[in-house]
This record gives sequence, C-alpha cells and structure tokens, in this order.
Amino acid sequence: MEIKKLATAGTLESSDAFITVEPNENGIELNLESVVINQFGEEIEALVYSVLDELDVKNVNISINDRGAVECVLRARIETAVMRGKE
Amino acid sequence: MSKVVSSLNEIIDLLKIEDGMTISFHHHLRNGDYVLNMVLEALAQKGLKNLNVNASSVFDTHQPLIGHIQNGVVTGLEANYIGGVVGRAISEGVLAKPVTFRTHGGRPSDISKGTAPIDVAFIAAPTSDTMGNCTGKYGKSACGSLGYAFADAQYAKKVVVITDNLVPYPLTDFSIPEIYVDYVLEVDSIGNPAGIVSGTTKITRDPVGLVMAQYAAKAIQASGLLKNGMSFQTGAGGPSLAAAKFLMDIMLKEGVKGSFGLGGITKYMVDMMNAGCFESLLDVQCFDLDAVESIRTNPRHREISAMQYASPNAKSSAVDSLDVVILGATEIDTDFNVNVHTDSNGYIMGGSGGHSDTAAGAKMAMIIAPLTRARLSIVVDKVLCKSTPGNTIDVLVTQHGIAVNPLKPELALRFKDAGLPVCDIHHLKKVAEEITGVPKRIKLGDKTVANVIYRDGTLLDTIKSVR
Repeated sequence: MEIKKLATAGTLESSDAFITVEPNENGIELNLESVVINQFGEEIEALVYSVLDELDVKNVNISINDRGAVECVLRARIETAVMRGKE
Repeated sequence: MSKVVSSLNEIIDLLKIEDGMTISFHHHLRNGDYVLNMVLEALAQKGLKNLNVNASSVFDTHQPLIGHIQNGVVTGLEANYIGGVVGRAISEGVLAKPVTFRTHGGRPSDISKGTAPIDVAFIAAPTSDTMGNCTGKYGKSACGSLGYAFADAQYAKKVVVITDNLVPYPLTDFSIPEIYVDYVLEVDSIGNPAGIVSGTTKITRDPVGLVMAQYAAKAIQASGLLKNGMSFQTGAGGPSLAAAKFLMDIMLKEGVKGSFGLGGITKYMVDMMNAGCFESLLDVQCFDLDAVESIRTNPRHREISAMQYASPNAKSSAVDSLDVVILGATEIDTDFNVNVHTDSNGYIMGGSGGHSDTAAGAKMAMIIAPLTRARLSIVVDKVLCKSTPGNTIDVLVTQHGIAVNPLKPELALRFKDAGLPVCDIHHLKKVAEEITGVPKRIKLGDKTVANVIYRDGTLLDTIKSVR
C-alpha cells in the first residue's frame, strides 16, 4: 500500500494517540513520542512495524504522539491514518 | 511602637537575615501566591545565600524557586507538597541536598518539637491590622482559613505578616493574633485571586468517575459508619467530589445527620453542611470562593490550625475523631501502600498533604482511583514512593471492583452483603494488565532527591532521581 498524501488519525486526549503519516521514498521512518515510553516503548515500536507490515506499507514517515493508548487503540489509529493516506 | 515597615529590604535589615537561615511560608494562596517569590527575590537581591525554605506547599507558580536553587540562594527545601514544575527540577537533581517531605500534621508537629526550626516566618495575610492581627477571611485576596500558618506564627523566631489589605487596629475577627508578629508589611498584591481558588474542584462528568463515585458512596453506606454523628473528609478531585455528592443524596434520603466535615473545604462540603448532612465544618484550607464566603459568615464553619487538623504531637487532633476519608492515589501496591508523591515515571508531582494523617486517623480510609490511567495500572507490585503506609489504608475503589485490605475482613463482609463487587487487590492488578499489557519496571537514578518523613517524624521512604 502506498502512502500518497499526508493524513492523520486520533487525538491528543489521555489514553489516545495522534498519528501522522506522510509519503516517504526510502523505507519506514518512525518518530515516536509516548507518555509511557519507559514502560511500553519497545512494544509500541514493534506494534507499529507489525501493523505497517500487515497493511503492506513499505515507505512512510510516521509520527506517533501517544498519550497512553492501549494496543487496540494504537492499532486502530495507525490503520485509519494509513487508509486515509493511501487515497 | 509601630510594626509597620515600608519594604522587604527594611525587614531583612531589621531582622538581620543571614546566609543559612530557615524561612517559612504557607500555601493558602495556592497557585496564586506572590509572597514566596517576592520574598526570595528580595533576599536574592541582597546577595543572601544558602537559605533553607520551609514551605507548607510549593506550587507551579513558584517556578522562580528553581533559579534561586541554581544560583545558590536556596540550598534546602522542606514541604508537604511540591507541584510538577518544581518537582521535575528536584527529580532531575537541581538541589544538592534532598528535599524533606512532611505531612500536614507532621510539619506543625516537627516545628513545635524543634526538629524543624524556623528563623523567619513570612505570613501572607489577605487582611491584617497594623499590629499583625490577621485573617484570610477578608480582603481582595481572601483565601479563607490560614490553618497551615499557625505553627509558623507560634514557633518561628521572627514573624512577618505581608498583607495587601492593611486595616486600622484592632482587627477583631483575627485568626493569627498580634502576640506572635514582629513586623507588618503592606504590598500592592499578595496574590492572584484566579489562582487562589483551585480549578480542579469540579464534580466529574466522566462516566468511569461516576461509577467509582457510586461504589464509594455505597461502600460508605455499607460500612456501618454511616449513622448520626458521622464525620467525613474528601479530597478535591473529581471522583471524590462526586462520591461526596452521592453520599449527600444517601444521607438526605435516610435522614442521617453527621457531626463534622474536615479538611480542605470545597463548595460541596459547604452544601452538605447547609443541607443538614453535617453540624459543622473544621477547615484548615479553603479550596474555592464558596468555602471562603461560608467560613466568613457561618459560625458553624470553623477555621482550625494544621496542628489541630492532624498533628500527632497534639494532645488530640481532628483526624483522631474522623470516621471516613476519601483519598486519591497515583499508585497503590498490592500491600495497599499508596504513592501520591511521584508520577509513574518517578518525577515528583505532589506530596502527602494530609493523606497519611487522615488515613492514620480515620476509621475507614478509602482510595478512589480509576483502575488504569493512560495505559498504566493504578495497582502495582511496589509503589515508586511509599507516601502512606498500607496498614492505614482500608479500601480501594475502582470502576472494576473494590479491594478491601485483608486487615479489615469485617469490612469486606459488609460490602459483600450489600452486593458490592468486592475482589482481591491482586485480581484488580491482573484485570488492569490484561487491558494495558505488563509494563517494564522503570529505572531510577542513584541520587536521593527527597526524604519522605512520616507524620511521627520517622523516615518512611526516599525518592530517587530520574535519569
């Protein structure tokens, strides 16, 4: 799946995450900020790559401002941002 | 004689304030306080160094304190509560010497015993006469009770009243009498009224908060303590206030008439008294303008000192007569120890206040908190900081169930009989981690940035730096 334009999903509310995707030509670039980076940083990073892989996204600039979203919320927000960015 | 002086500089000269002295402040002007910054600025201008600041609480408005620490003007800090801005700097190690954290009861106790001596106390007074009879009930910066300032006035070697409403002698409706006061200084403004009253004192509309509040009120009803003469304290957090509202409904419906409401007083406690739920209010600090108006006009709404509120060193204090207290927590561990000093990353953002005092005194101490906050369980294996010992905490109320301290089996039975969702605290932790995942334990630094002193003067825990 190709990211063709800038798209966002989510909010900056507590327990949510705000995701931005942008076109990129050379692979996946992840910029992750999280209020629980010390507790869940590695899990969140692994989740991002896993969701992008499932959606077959190979090139993207993805920024995540995580306000403590649980895994299913993060997954939903990332998928939504990608779907919005592919059109 | 005249006690009225014209400037802080004059006071510094008259009192011969020197390097290394301890100066004290009280926090009734909360995040609107100008006095702590004003005094430290004057002392810094005079070139004083190595001062020890004993403030009953430090708020975000006291951010300039960080600069005074960096410049060596302030090298020691004692407080019962430190807000997130100064707290972060402390956690990052700005101060060489560890902060001394006390409780609202422990502070006046240690001051009276001489273990926390004060050279000069600065009392921010919304109204004072020319001899230092002063009160928080009147004036443009009215804050109501001056409860925390009494020990400072009584035991500091020298006492300065700073006011923005100087009235002719005598002010008859005084809180702190002239007998303790050395000098009176009039300034344009001691505080910003918008910051004096808290913005947090609103009943929650969050459905999760309302569920917890319902459980809390029903648990109090089932505890056996809800009867004529009951006394009650609640914090100013949203769910705690909602619990008070639900409790009020139950008390009115069942015709229960309590004895007193205690603590920091909000509009909701005033409403409960006026509706007949309590005979009186004992008030160490007003949280909003309704409380200020009530303490000014209603003789049943009584100002008390921090000593009378919670000191373990007093012959008795109000917490000893307290039935039920509702408290918050940033973390609680499976032994019911509670953290209210640091956030989940270890940064200082609070303090005991009256938490551990009321927990120790009350017949039932109830923590009310959502099971998870921003992907972190409220229930942990071991709290990052032990603010209140688990053997003084009886109940944890969350939206997923109520855990009762195993030390109180009869309470658990009463709750079960009332149909409340009682469960083991380990079960709550498991439920939380099924939602959030299992967090990695954070690593803290090696430097001790604060010592947490329990109300009896013993060391309860230490807080480490954040790296």
